[in-house]
Amino acid sequence: MDFTFDNNIPIYIQLLEYIKIYLISGVFKAGDKLPSVRDFANTFKVNPNTMQKALQELESMNLIYTERTNGKYVTKDEKLLEKLKDEYAITLAKSYISGMKKIGLGKADSIKYLEGLDG
Amino acid sequence: MGSLLEIKNLSKTFDNKKILDNVNLNIEKGRIIGLLGKNGAGKSTLIKLINDLLTADEGGVILFKGKKLGVYSKEHISYLPERTYLDKGMKVSDVIKFFKDFYSNFDEKKAYALLKDLNLDSDIRISKMSKGMQEKLQLILVMSRDADLYILDEPLSGVDPATRDYILDTILSNFKEGSSIIISTHLISDIERILDDVVFIDKGKVVISSSADELRTKEKASIDDIFRREFKC
Repeated sequence: MDFTFDNNIPIYIQLLEYIKIYLISGVFKAGDKLPSVRDFANTFKVNPNTMQKALQELESMNLIYTERTNGKYVTKDEKLLEKLKDEYAITLAKSYISGMKKIGLGKADSIKYLEGLDG
Repeated sequence: MGSLLEIKNLSKTFDNKKILDNVNLNIEKGRIIGLLGKNGAGKSTLIKLINDLLTADEGGVILFKGKKLGVYSKEHISYLPERTYLDKGMKVSDVIKFFKDFYSNFDEKKAYALLKDLNLDSDIRISKMSKGMQEKLQLILVMSRDADLYILDEPLSGVDPATRDYILDTILSNFKEGSSIIISTHLISDIERILDDVVFIDKGKVVISSSADELRTKEKASIDDIFRREFKC
């Protein structure tokens, strides 16, 4: 897969978002071992230092943790991952609603459109 | 983090014209640095000074790992010049032998492995290779040295976008922990995603020296946009 980056936004923040989606969607599950910084950097074709910074941020959010000498792991706290998913879903829903609002459609209409779509 | 390269009060005058004007820079270990500036800003002159190919005006100091430039720095700095110096009549295998004889830290196996990825026949003469292929070969030679500092002068100019991607990937995947890379270019948008730090140089002076992501956050723009704004013609 090719990853695209917007040069206007710090790269580490974009990496953070990519990895968050991996955690939310279960590409990496609670307690899974993560690839090494270098392997991760190679996958995304970014500088290992930038990847390190993104992982540090995830660590400070407690989404991942480092086991000394053993590498980095996804948190075992499934509730935290659920919460992350919930927050992300709310953000997506809000952006849908605000888009519909721009074209003059309210919440009820927005829901109707959703129901008309295959999930 | 320790300083790999220290540049203090560095100036260079050619025919009464100041090409570099009191440059001060610190390059740390383990970083990829973009040396960015318009044509004629002084990038190549700075690079040649770091490689000890030019002599600085009096008072300027360049220290590599705390030592003055010389045999030691030449051994541990791997330099890709802007223009090719390879004898076009040579075969790829001759060039590799040449590098092996010349540099004790040249990893022949690595060079051949990288050439194999490119499906490049080592029996072919350089004169028979396309410009893009020649650029790739030279990058492979330079990146196959086990150095502390890699200096790449305009490695992307004149090559197609696919070759650019190959060059960036090769730089990233061969970026050894603890070593640093200085890349000079004016093609910023292609390269900015891999840079840790950026140094903007204009009319021989360093005008901005910053972490790339900090600069993006501060200016809310890409490095390319900031560069265009800063150096509007």
